[in-house]
Amino acid sequence: MNVQKYIASGILELYIAGILSEKENLEIANYAKEYPEIQKEIEAIEASILALSKKASPGLKYSFTSIMDRINNEVKVISMTTKRGTPISTYVGWAASILLAIGMFWMYQQNQELKSDIQVVEQQNDTLEQQIADSDSSLENTKNLLNTLRDKNISVIPLGGQDVSPTSYAKAYWNKENKKVFIDAKGLPEPPAGFVYQVWSLKLSPLTPTSMGLLENFEMDENKIFALNNPNESEAFGITLEPAGGSKSPNLEQLYTLGVVSAS
Amino acid sequence: MQLDLLVEQFKKKDPSAFEKLHGMYADNICGVINTIVKNDGIAQEICQDVFIKIWNNSESYNSSKGRFFTWILNIARNAAIDEIRSRSYKNEKKNLSADYFVGILQNKEDEDSVVDTKGLRNLVKNLKEKCVQIIELLYFRGYTQKDAAEELAIPIGTVKTRNRSCISQLRENMESK
Repeated sequence: MNVQKYIASGILELYIAGILSEKENLEIANYAKEYPEIQKEIEAIEASILALSKKASPGLKYSFTSIMDRINNEVKVISMTTKRGTPISTYVGWAASILLAIGMFWMYQQNQELKSDIQVVEQQNDTLEQQIADSDSSLENTKNLLNTLRDKNISVIPLGGQDVSPTSYAKAYWNKENKKVFIDAKGLPEPPAGFVYQVWSLKLSPLTPTSMGLLENFEMDENKIFALNNPNESEAFGITLEPAGGSKSPNLEQLYTLGVVSAS
Repeated sequence: MQLDLLVEQFKKKDPSAFEKLHGMYADNICGVINTIVKNDGIAQEICQDVFIKIWNNSESYNSSKGRFFTWILNIARNAAIDEIRSRSYKNEKKNLSADYFVGILQNKEDEDSVVDTKGLRNLVKNLKEKCVQIIELLYFRGYTQKDAAEELAIPIGTVKTRNRSCISQLRENMESK
């Protein structure tokens, strides 16, 4: 590169004026490091502008200390204004913490709702488990009952409806071995209040009724099958409607069903 | 390389380096401002503001972008031009481009100004008016080459060479003093 030509171009004068592009400034700064002549020329041009501007100076009527005082005061002012001011960051901060608080509260609510939901579901679960257990035991009872009725020692005695209630019917399942009778009373109407069905074992000649027991809690019983002890040599079974607590002898006017044990 | 070292210290907010730099350049900076505002008191005020600004922005100076003096010169003339574009100078705005720094010589001669009018006159004594104009525009107003060319109604290529010869004249005047 031709240093003299470069200097003569007048670009270094513009460099001191500070009106060149950043690229040109960088280029000249590098040339100045590389070529002492360019560095020297730059300093000489600067010196001329320094001299000229100094002549226009009104003189310094202030002290450097006053500048430093103002700088230090400004720092204080700035730090105070940052405390009082910076409204955006303050507002953003508050807004963020309010949002966070709302968010936390919402989460807490959600959590509580979920907890109570879980409790409800657990209760439902318990109920369902109870129902299953009930069903299981009901099924078990039904199976037992079925097995009982299927026992080979069982005799089935149908009891037909009588004058007082011709549509009524019942069945007696009699296990002579273990002296039990199961009365299936599904075909009987609900007894009126204050009355109860009473089951009788009958000898026919002469007609001798023996009470086998009452069909207690008739309306409450679901399958309407009642187990009664029967140590008698029964020839027939009858069911009468009796006042609550039962009677010593049957009221034959209120004989609902009657069935004779077959000879076999 | 004393200057580079000082500037480095100054960028690290060393007050004693700042004080030395202030001592080196305060008169020049106040002078530049005075060529624009043409009022000793106001020039003093702006000059202090400029040095505070320089301190507060010390990190932003980078030697690869230019001379340290050029950097503070730029800050100073911007501050001074801002000043005359606002406030009480509004009415005198029309004088902004017409009234060159040698105007200080006429303005201040009768007053108590401490401006070294004699020295200034010596320095620019044989400078042609076109030199005074171009130096004013490029150094004290921060005009670009294009703006200066338009202002002076000369081809843009002439700005660089004319300025070079004018600065050479100024340098001769300095040496012959």
